[in-house]
Amino acid sequence: MTTLPAVGTSTASVSRGRTRQRRTALVDRAGSRGLLGLCLLAGLLTVFVLAEIAYQVIDGARPAIAHFGLHFLASPAWAPNFSNLGAATVLFGTAVSALMALVLATPLAIAIAIYLAMLAPRSLRAIVGPLVEMLAAIPSVVLGLWGVIVLAPFVQRHIEPWLHSTFGFLPILGAPQTTGLSVFTAGLVLTVMVIPIIAALSRDLFLTVPRELTEGAEALGATRWEVIRGVVLPTTVSGVAAATVLGLGRALGEAIAVAQVIGDGSKIRPSLFAPGTTLASKIAVDFPNTLNKLHAASLFYLALILLVIGVITSLIAQAIASRFDATRLVTR
Amino acid sequence: MSAIVDAAAPLTPSGNLRRRLFVSQLVSGASILASFVAVAVLALVTYDVAKQGASALSWNFITHNPVGLAGGGIASAIIGSTLIIIFATLIALPVGVLTAVYLTEYAKPTSRLARALRTALDLLQGVPTIVVGLFVFGLMVVGHGESGFAGSVALSIVMLPLVARSSQEVLLLVPGTLREAADALGVARWRAILTVVLPAAAGGIVTGAILAVARAAGETAPLLLVDSLANPTQTQLLIFGHGVPNIPVLIYTASNLGIPEAQARAWGAAFVLLGLILIANIGARLALARYRARLGQ
Amino acid sequence: MRAPEADTPAERTESQTRRTESQTGRTESQVRPRLLIRDESGRAATTEVPAVPAPTAARETVFDVRDVSVFYGAKRAVGWTTLRIYRHLITAVIGPSGCGKSTFLRSLNRMNDAIPGFKLEGQILYHGHDVYGGGVNRVEVRRRIGMVFQKPNPFPKSIFDNVAWAPRNLGMKSGLSERVERALRDAALWDEVKDRLKESALGLSGGQQQRLCIARAIAVEPDVVLLDEPASALDPIATASIEELMLNLKHRYTIVIVTHNMQQAARVADRTAFFTLDPAERVGTLVEYDDTRTIFNRPRDTRTRDYVTGQFG
Repeated sequence: MTTLPAVGTSTASVSRGRTRQRRTALVDRAGSRGLLGLCLLAGLLTVFVLAEIAYQVIDGARPAIAHFGLHFLASPAWAPNFSNLGAATVLFGTAVSALMALVLATPLAIAIAIYLAMLAPRSLRAIVGPLVEMLAAIPSVVLGLWGVIVLAPFVQRHIEPWLHSTFGFLPILGAPQTTGLSVFTAGLVLTVMVIPIIAALSRDLFLTVPRELTEGAEALGATRWEVIRGVVLPTTVSGVAAATVLGLGRALGEAIAVAQVIGDGSKIRPSLFAPGTTLASKIAVDFPNTLNKLHAASLFYLALILLVIGVITSLIAQAIASRFDATRLVTR
Repeated sequence: MSAIVDAAAPLTPSGNLRRRLFVSQLVSGASILASFVAVAVLALVTYDVAKQGASALSWNFITHNPVGLAGGGIASAIIGSTLIIIFATLIALPVGVLTAVYLTEYAKPTSRLARALRTALDLLQGVPTIVVGLFVFGLMVVGHGESGFAGSVALSIVMLPLVARSSQEVLLLVPGTLREAADALGVARWRAILTVVLPAAAGGIVTGAILAVARAAGETAPLLLVDSLANPTQTQLLIFGHGVPNIPVLIYTASNLGIPEAQARAWGAAFVLLGLILIANIGARLALARYRARLGQ
Repeated sequence: MRAPEADTPAERTESQTRRTESQTGRTESQVRPRLLIRDESGRAATTEVPAVPAPTAARETVFDVRDVSVFYGAKRAVGWTTLRIYRHLITAVIGPSGCGKSTFLRSLNRMNDAIPGFKLEGQILYHGHDVYGGGVNRVEVRRRIGMVFQKPNPFPKSIFDNVAWAPRNLGMKSGLSERVERALRDAALWDEVKDRLKESALGLSGGQQQRLCIARAIAVEPDVVLLDEPASALDPIATASIEELMLNLKHRYTIVIVTHNMQQAARVADRTAFFTLDPAERVGTLVEYDDTRTIFNRPRDTRTRDYVTGQFG
């Protein structure tokens, strides 16, 4: 039985309406599948790229892994022409420079965060905060350029001699080299890069401490420092730790600025004032001019170590942050 | 039963309060000093770059290619960098925004895919840029030679997690009431996203993209490995299959030469680069703040 | 350290009160009057009046508030308040919401200082010293004038560490465990937590947390304890325990409590101050301040009478 069209409509317009409805429904279905598909594709691309990076690096390192095995990690030699290569020197330099940066940057950054979150008047906070974050925006090559031309001579002429004369009994503060391009200078540059990362994240964390907790502490007759030490810091300690790990990751992975100021030393030397080399900087320095296939593969080997370190620090930071819901540190 | 405070004494520090206040002042002083040092370093670097770079800067500098070690300008590098960044953005922006859309609009927060995706983005952000450079080298340069496009791909990988994260933050700021309203009107989800949510988030997404671009503009390590052999005396417009001169590599190589005349060019290029990046940063932050205020945060 | 202050004038016992009253010709049955008040639902109820405290003229003044106005920026939140708060009494501040009770209370120990735009006109004299005078140290003020807040705010530490935190800051290292125990006993919490002092304070119930906050405040033995609606977030049983411990605490401390619960004021307070929001200026003003019995039984101001009999608010 056919349905009678409503009064005032013609059969043609009714069927046109139904076709339009069907088309819209089709478009909707296509659109919804299409958009979802595109989004999924994009997401999967991300995962794919990550996996591909790992694959390429491992693949490139294969000749060196086959040739040196794990002994590569312990050998301090770096003589590409003699195919005698090892990672110990770079690992040492990486550890020392990153450690120095962390030791200097963490207390400074936390102090800056305390100032920005708790001490600064609102007007100053709005200016100084972004300025500290701007420090992170300086490209590493520009910081390295400044490091080579301005910082290194200054360190060499004023800081290293003073430190050596005052604390020279410590082997890490041995006799300064002539150029100022040293592990010490690299550590200073890395400190400048790491401070804004830890400071900005810590400031955000300090600002999340509930007002009622700090007021409660103040009402008990506590000084500002006691409130910070007793309430603010304990509440945020895991987030600050995660921020520090992120800063460490940055210091470990920096290639360019370090390459510009570290002097490309080839031996493990105890003194901070000697030239040195790190995983990332060695790759940056050597790769444009590799001497042979083993040389190139060894650089890939270094990159593999660097990749593993980068992944581990990232995972550690995520683990710390997500356990205590420091949501700014992880992608939500 | 008495209180051990001397209630009627003047309200000046009693007992050990003087010492505790001194310690507190000390910490406050140290905090202010630390902040001052940080700002001073920023000012110092900016000042030095400006001072040294301004002397090299001229109209000639921006419009002519290098001549010899110290003459001419950096025009070819500016053009090359611009081309590389444009293509990097063309890759990273859609992929990053779509990934963010998936995470905020489609995925359930606890689904395994969402968690894996989030972890992957964080891991990608933690990969040192020099390793990214090696990856693209192995992928695109081996057997084919250097190219500006390889540089674009490398930079897009660096930009991707940044774009995804900032887009996510902005999308989460869009009030849920907007989506609910679209839902209540019977609008299909994809239409709502394209016509309601994304336009509302557009301002924030763009500023986030600008920040990512500013970050990528200064990345040297990947370009050093995949696009550092181009002859800067020639302007190269074809970034596919050819290396293209670019600013970061120019600064890096000049800084390593140790020759003062060559360094002047490096300072000039650094001035241009740092200036553009700082302007982009300040502008983007201001825009983002205004955008957040408009969304009622 | 000063010698313990003698309780002057001596707290009169009930029999003394009776004798006094009979000397003035009243019958015994009328000696302990009952208050006629209305509870929240409007039902008439009576409660017994606490023992009559000694006349205030003989009491030591703790706070002498002289024509005090509190401003947030250009807005006057509390205006032209003058009253005296006396030692070892419980003074209640009551009134409808938004009338500036909390603002007034927080001004007593300078907890409003951090609020942007805060300004105080007039004088608050604490034992004769201007609380907002030059040379006055905020931290010292809060050492002597402690505060308990509306929402319990225990630190994310153990129960013991919560109570011991302020004494440790003050250098009270010896006898710390005894001090903590005494504070927890006075806050009527000891028996419930004595076996789990090392556990996190966040595991306690709301009422227990609030008693912990009270223990925390009295662990350093301040002079005054200010309580800002301490029971408003709690159930009636927890409320009752807090009221009971307040009555015990007033012998050692001076207590000022802000409450929106009239019966609570009637139950525990010796003196009551009634604030209201002036409808024209939207400024919180003190309407009447007197013995609790007077405020509830024979209020002088019609606004007071309207409030306590439930006509509004």
